[in-house]
Formats: sequence, C-alpha cells, structure tokens
Amino acid sequence: MTAVEARPEQTNEIGRDRRRKEDARLITGRTRWTDNINLPGMLHLAMVRSPFAHARITGIDTSAAEESEGVVTVLAAKDFDETLGVCINAWPITPDQKTPAHPPIASDRVAFAGEIVAVVAARSAAAARDAAEMVEVDYEELPAVVSLEEAVKDEVLAHPDLGTNKSALWVFDSAQAGTGGSVDEAISAARTDGIVLERTYRQQRLIPAFMEPRSVVCDPTGEQITVWSATQIPHILRFAFAATTGVPESKIRVIAPDVGGGFGGKLQQTPEEMIVFALARRLGKPVKYTETRSESLLSAHHGRDQIQKLTLSATKDGQVTGLKVELDANLGAYVAIVGGGVPVLGAFMFNAIYKFPAYQFNCQTVFTNTTWTDAYRGAGRPEATYAIERLMDELAAEVGVDPLAIREKNWIKHEEFPFTTIAGLTYDSGNYEAATAKAKELFGYDELRREQAERRANNDPVQLGIGISTFTEMCGLAPSRVLGSLDYGAGGWEHAQVRLTPTGKVEVITGASAHGQGHETAFSQIVADRLGVPFEDVEVLHGDTQIAAKGYDTYGSRSLVVGGEALVRAADKVLEKAKPIAAHLLEASVDDLEFTGGRWTVRGTDQGMSIGELSTAVFAAHNLPDGVEANLDSEATFDPENFNFPHGTHLCAMEVDTETGQVKMRKYVCCDDIGNIINPLIVAGQVHGGLVQGIAQALWEDAVYDEAGTLVAGSFVDYLLPTAADTISFEIDHTTSPATTNTLGTKGVGEAGTIASTPAVVNAVVDALRPLGVHDVTMPCTPERVWRAINEGSAGGETTGAAAAHFDQSTGMSGNVDRTEGDVQ
Amino acid sequence: MIPASFDYVAPTTVEEALAALAQYGDEAKIIAGGQSLLPVLRMRLNAPEWVIDLGRIDSLKGVRDEGDSILVGAMTRHCDVATDPLVAEHAALVARATATVADEQVRHRGTFGGALAHADPAGDLGAPALALDAEFVIAGPAGERVVPGSEFFQGLFETAVSEDELLVGVRIPKHTGWLAHYEKFVRVAHQWPICAVGATLKVSGGVIEGAAIGLTNMGATPLRAAGVEQALIGQQATEEVVRNAAALAADGAEPPSDLNGDADYRRHLVTVLTRRAITKALGG
Repeated sequence: MTAVEARPEQTNEIGRDRRRKEDARLITGRTRWTDNINLPGMLHLAMVRSPFAHARITGIDTSAAEESEGVVTVLAAKDFDETLGVCINAWPITPDQKTPAHPPIASDRVAFAGEIVAVVAARSAAAARDAAEMVEVDYEELPAVVSLEEAVKDEVLAHPDLGTNKSALWVFDSAQAGTGGSVDEAISAARTDGIVLERTYRQQRLIPAFMEPRSVVCDPTGEQITVWSATQIPHILRFAFAATTGVPESKIRVIAPDVGGGFGGKLQQTPEEMIVFALARRLGKPVKYTETRSESLLSAHHGRDQIQKLTLSATKDGQVTGLKVELDANLGAYVAIVGGGVPVLGAFMFNAIYKFPAYQFNCQTVFTNTTWTDAYRGAGRPEATYAIERLMDELAAEVGVDPLAIREKNWIKHEEFPFTTIAGLTYDSGNYEAATAKAKELFGYDELRREQAERRANNDPVQLGIGISTFTEMCGLAPSRVLGSLDYGAGGWEHAQVRLTPTGKVEVITGASAHGQGHETAFSQIVADRLGVPFEDVEVLHGDTQIAAKGYDTYGSRSLVVGGEALVRAADKVLEKAKPIAAHLLEASVDDLEFTGGRWTVRGTDQGMSIGELSTAVFAAHNLPDGVEANLDSEATFDPENFNFPHGTHLCAMEVDTETGQVKMRKYVCCDDIGNIINPLIVAGQVHGGLVQGIAQALWEDAVYDEAGTLVAGSFVDYLLPTAADTISFEIDHTTSPATTNTLGTKGVGEAGTIASTPAVVNAVVDALRPLGVHDVTMPCTPERVWRAINEGSAGGETTGAAAAHFDQSTGMSGNVDRTEGDVQ
Repeated sequence: MIPASFDYVAPTTVEEALAALAQYGDEAKIIAGGQSLLPVLRMRLNAPEWVIDLGRIDSLKGVRDEGDSILVGAMTRHCDVATDPLVAEHAALVARATATVADEQVRHRGTFGGALAHADPAGDLGAPALALDAEFVIAGPAGERVVPGSEFFQGLFETAVSEDELLVGVRIPKHTGWLAHYEKFVRVAHQWPICAVGATLKVSGGVIEGAAIGLTNMGATPLRAAGVEQALIGQQATEEVVRNAAALAADGAEPPSDLNGDADYRRHLVTVLTRRAITKALGG
C-alpha cells in the first residue's frame, strides 16, 4: 500500500449547492413509481365509493359486475373477516377520546362521500373500473353534518351511535402546568385596564394534492408478503399491517419506492392499502390499486379545517399578558392515524416567539360527515402561527404602532436563549432581532411603507399592504419521551447505518423515507464530509423495510435533524472502529493518528491511509489486530432530547385592487434561521415550495363541500392550485443560529415556508385595507371576499352562491341545466 | 381516470363526419381538441358509444381571407388562431382573447370551433365572436347553413348545432384597424374566467365610430353589452365617456353565482372590467 498519493484538494461538501442526484430519474419518471410496477399475473382493483355523505347501506348487488368482462371477483365488507384489519388511530389525545371503528370497507353505514363500500378485482384497470360502475348499492340517506359550526351543536350526528360529534377535549393551562399564570385573570385584568382582542379565524380545509396519486402493489407470492406503496411511512405501515391483520411483521416487507410528494398526505395507513393487502392474500396473486386524481382529492385525507376563537390580553402599551385559544378541529368522519393530534401539535406554538405570562389552549376535536383529516405540511403549527401572527398585527393596530415594533416589544431576545416558554418548551437557539433586521433591509421596508402612505394619501384605487410573520416552529419529531407523555402511540427516534464496500464505496441506510426531499443528495454530502470520501461514492438506501430495517420515516421536518444526526453518529462509529485497524496497518500508536480529509496520518510522518484503502484491507482481513472483527459497518439510533426550533422573519407586500378585490403579490422576502445549511439549493427549493403552499392557503385553495356533503372542489378546475404563472420570484436569505441539539447544528426547513407565509400574506391584505375599516379577510382571500370586506365591512364572509363544480353532469351531458340557480342535479 | 370504453372513428372529410353522425346519432360525441370532452369522459360524466374525431379533416383547419370577412376553420387550434396574421389584422379581439385561453398546453390542443360549439358560458371565445358579429357555418345533411351569433348561442352548453350537424367554420366580418382588448378576470392563470370583457373599437380623430363589447360568463350565453356600445358610439374617447358607458355593462345580464363570486359581485365586476377593457383598447 502506497503511503502517499496525490489527492485533489478537499472542499467541504456541507454547504455546497449540489444538484440533487435523484432528480433525473424523478423528473423523467424513468424510475420505480409504484404504479410503474407490473408483476406477472397481477390483478387490478377499482373501488366502489359512496356518493352520499351519510347513508345506510341497505343492499349491494354485485352480480352484474361479477359478470363483466375480465372481472375476477367483487367483494363487499361482508366477504371479509378480521384479517382485513382496521385503520388505526395512533394518537388518542385523551383517555376518553371517542374513536369510531374505522374499517377499510364500510359495512352497513357510510360516514362520508368517498367511503369505500365494495372492491372489484379484474385483469385490467379498465375492466375493474367498468365493473365498479355496475355494482349496485342501495342507500338510505341519513342526515349529514358537514360544517364544524353545525357539528358542535350536536343536532345532526356524524355517527349516531356515539351520541355526540365531540371526540376529545384537550386542554393545556399554564397555571395548572406551572409554567405561568392564570389566563382568565390576565384577561379580566386587561378588560379593566388594558387591551383585550377577541377574534375568530377560520382555517379552511385543504387538500395535500401531492403530484403522484397514491398507489399500492402487493405481491403475496414470496415468503415475505411484499407491499410497494406511495407512502411516507413504510415502517409505520408495516407495523400497522402486522398489528391489525395478524400477519407477523417478519412476514411483511414494505417498500416505498420513489414517491412523488406527500406533504403529510401520505403519512397515513389507508383503507386502500389494507384492501390491497387483503385481496392479494386472498387471491394469491399480485394486486395493484392506483387511485385516480378525483379519488385522491375526494378520499385521501384532507388537512387544516379549524375554527380558532382567540382572546389576547395586553397592557395598553402592547405588552402581552395572556392568550386563550378555543379551537374546534374538524376530524372528518374518522380519527385518522394522527388525526386528533394535529391540532395538539399546534398547542405549543400559539405563544410562538413571544413572552406570554399566561396561556390556555383548549382543543375540541369534532366529527363531521366529510373526508377525514390529518397531517398537512406544518400540521398544527401553521394554524397556530397564523392565529398569533394575525393577532400581533391586530394588537399593533390597536396600540397604534408598527407591527414590527409590537413584535420586538414582546419577543424573546437573543441573549435570553435557551428560553423556556409558557407552553413548556425550551427553545435552544435563535435570534429574532438579526433575522428581522436582515429581512427588513432586503425588503426595503421603510421605502414600501412610504409608498403605502402615498397611495393612501392619494386614494389610489390600488392600495399597498405590508404583511409580517415572525414565525417559529417546533420540528424534528420527536423526543420519544415527550411523545410518550402525550400518549402518542410510537417513538420519535431515527436509525442509520453506514456500510463500507470492499472497494471503499459507502452505503448509507436511513430510516427516513424520502418523497421528494433530496435525502440522497443531502445525506451523501454529510457522509462524504464525515468520512472524507467523494460525494459520488456515497449511495443512500432507504424506503424498504428489508434494507432499512428500522426507522420512523419522514414527516415533521425530522429527516435531517433526527435522521441526519443518527447518520453522523453511525459514521463516527465507523471511524472509531477503523482507527485501531489503521494504527495497526500503519504500524503506529493509536495516539499518534490524525484523521483529516478522509485519511489517517501518522503524526510527524508522511505515512497515511484512506478510508477506501482501509475498507479493502478489512475486506481481505489478512492483517487485522487480534480480537478485531472484519467489519467497519456501524449503526446508530438517535432519539432527540428536544424539538428543533427554526424561525424567521417573512415580509410580504400585496397590492389590493379596491375596485375588484383582486390581490397581487408585489414582493416577498424571508430570512429564515434554520441553523447550519447542508445544501443551500435544496433549502431554497424547500423554502420556495413551502412559501407557495402557504400563500395558496391564504389566496386560493379551499376544499369546499356543499350542504349535502359533496366535495365541490373535487377537481383541479375548482380546487385552485397555483402554478408558476401565479407566483413571483421570492427573495430568500438566512441568519444562522446553529441548533444546539444536534451535531451539525441544523434545523428543519421542510415546513418553514408553509408555516410562515400564510399569515404574512393575509396580514398584508388586511394592512392594505385597514384605513377602510377592514380588520380581517377570511381565507382564502378571494377577490369577492376582499371586495365585500371593503364594501360591507365584514371579513368577506361566505360566497352564498351555488357551490357547483365546473365539470359536472350538466357539462357532461350538455343538457340545458340552469346552473345559475345552483341546484345541479 | 379511465373513460368507459367507446368506439372511435376519424373521418377525413366533412361528408364522412356527417355520415358518421347520421349513423350513430345521439350515441356519438364529437371530439375536436378534446380539452373539455376528455375530462368529462375521464370523470365518467358522459359515456358515449362512439367518439367521432374531427382531427383528420384538414379542410377544417386554418384561416382564409374571404374578402369582406375571414373564415376561421373550426379545427384551427387556439395557438394557430392567436398567431394568425389575418386574425391579428382583421379580428384583433379574437387574437387577444384566444391568447388567454387556459394554458399553453390547452392552446396547442384546443380548437376554435370546438370551444365555441361546447358553448361553456365561461369560455373565452364566445363573447369576442359575438361582439364581432361572427357568423357560424354549420354543415348538415341538407348542406351548409349560416347562423348569426345571436342565434348560435342558445343556452348553457346549448347551440344551434343539431345532433346531425357540425360547426365547420366561423366567418368574422373584417374589423380592420379596430382597437381591441380582452380583459379577463381570474384568480389563478389557468382558470376559467370569473368574468371577462372583450372590447373592440373603431376610433377616428378621437371619436369612437364603432364599438363592440362582448361579455364572458355573465349569463348562460355570451352577451353583447349593447347599452355600453350605444353610449360610446359617436362620442369622444374621453375617460368620462368610457366610465359612464362602462357603468351600463351589467344591464340585462343575469350572471351566475358560484364559488368564485355571487351574481351581485359579478354585476359590479363587469362594469370595472368593461371600463378597463375599453381604456386598454384605446391604449390607456
């Protein structure tokens, strides 16, 4: 082995704008999307779904469907036994939570439009679809409860057997918890000598709308039943299969191949997955189900849907003294896997970056006859951030100061970190002053304020508004002990393994499960630096329970801050194992070895050896120290001790056309503090995408149901997703306060943009109109709502007109249906 | 999103297409660019036994000069209409409106005649065609007939084209030198318009000599804003004249209420958009 060889100068991989190594295959689609998988003899499924939001099933006639060409079998709930399994709720938020049974196929009653009542297996997807149309289901319609406002009245019940629509009431009170004072006292004090703001905000229902519809393939023909699913959570899914079907976990392999987005929408154990699993086992053949886009919008879980009643108390000069949150959260028809827990994740975030001396959070989860809700990008934290950031603008207006000044008056100062909040969390690091100063400068804050004043003075029909959001969030889910204290049904650690091949290449195995994040690139950068190997020599393997045997998957901005730390620890173990071997081979003392740039060198000599050379030597094992095993591979499991707290200052300028109510984004600047950055390009992508998703909640997206419980926004014609044509170029920057709870000093960035941007946009819209007497506009801020807010002084209210989809029966049949009256048949 | 199975025929002449229509009658659907029909089929909102594809009838494609008018073939794609020199010169409003239809992909598939025959009240082309006094050339078993826009649009998704007929072309009287603007109001770029106004004007020496204003999605069919036109013609093109005229835009309209806005909002909106359309057409 030669001791010295010319090596190119090492530059750090961490911090480099690496283009994502996975992109070519993801973008071209020349890869393993689940729906691309075709197995010999594979059958295809189609689901028969209820068109009614609430109905009794009085009969199912499958005979015509069974005779349809290519059909193998048509099955309803009665045809399955308990091996079908159930859909689980992993987080009962209170001991007395009401949790209706959630079978994958409804048997005698459907509780939302889109619920599965029968399944067809056929030799082609088209044959299955055709036959599904022929299944005749007799329904006896029941009264449906659709809106939260109606549901809390308990007059019409989503599940009559339960006797109520109320599932669980979760409360945090700072006085009871010992983290602060009594909120009621603070509010009553402020009523006599201070400011009390009472506001109600609506978090409309959103649809995750990932690009790749969900798809499942199950091959039962091997010793292990293999399931491919477009899921964020292969490990949790395997657990759920085993826990609810009786098949031992060791007999199940779950693979999440390349997955085309999730945004929380694929953090689920779905009825469709359970049905595919059961059908494959029953028929002894591979089975595939891929949902249509319509099915995806209709029956993949939805997000948000809360009504927030908020009371904030402050002194007359704007020092906050208390915050009371009374939240109603719409579960939809069932308690999904994390369902009721989503709003609880927001419980710790309403106080945000501010020093509240008293805080109370009450969350009532409520059933309705709608699609069940669960995590959607940010999960609980966008709702909390929206509420508090809207309130801080309201407080500034009440006190009569700049909204940035009111924030500065109340936020945690940088020298006060670590800081334990009224909600009981300890923020490890941050610098709100620095991020705000940088954002202000980049934005040209003072200049835009001047322009705003001019437009106001000139009575310009286009007014300018400036919106602020100084957000923080808790991510890096999650310390297992904390999850345990919240009765969450799982842990929050992550696992990693680093393996060295005989030729010195590195295989990294992570329990995180990417669905568009760029893990393969970012994790390669981390390991390349840690082991001093070329970026190209690192292969990241994930998303297969046979390869990555342990893991808790990807959600809650956890992959880097939890999974990345596990990776660092596994890599460090490799080096620990390698060191005595290197010393032995270099004939030096361990104490004389130095490791830099991927090489061990003997101090004071030109003797050295790379990790690649060492791998080869360990593979041969001809000359290892006594008692040392021929294996450098190492693994680590990291359980964080704390959450991770990114923060940032987002500034948004909106132009509001007061004649039409149309709003137009003029400028968006954000300065996020996400600690140290592994790959700025990936971070920029996360921030840009996150911003658009948050902006879309503010302006466009709304999963509207009609009164009967039919999803009106059931296609992309009516559910308005923005495209690049609807957004502007964002200016993004960073300050760096490294996290103290992981070696790399990183913080999560997957949800930051989404959490921060929604209130920034709405604050800007309201700010533009405040001189006209407007202090709220309901989301999404449609032109009509803005116009009504200006002209009627309301928050824009509801569009009372027909909730009619653009493509409906009248479009389809070219009949002469009068849609202007709004009762489309 | 798998349509129910159907049989498919692709005639190469209008005669063959009419023969196919005669044969399959109400069990057939005509496909032009497919931008409205395909979503409907894929969502199984309709399941025709036969689909008759006009895509191979070359005689229906392109724009022709017919002296006093131009004839836009029914199967001319939006992208071709929007960039056609004859359309730009003689029917500028059509060019402007066509360039705003949905998105680039749709404009490369969707056709002029297909969109008009579909008669979606939120479609962008009906109002400009109506405003320009277009005539619709309809071929049927008894030969061709021509109907004016006021008769062509009969209701929501309803036109004068019978089940055994085809729209083969649209004849637009030349509006050479007329100024034009299509003011479209959407929340996101690819959306059907919540409301839109097409304005085209003939101005000479500062006087408005001709005005044609068409309204999109202000009722079950495209509308002419006759009151606005009357208030403009013969007047100086001043801000005040335009403002007063535009205020009449909603007269007689019965706009729909839907997720994007109630009727009263649309009635207000159309006055603002009309003012802007006229002002922008005038170069303001």
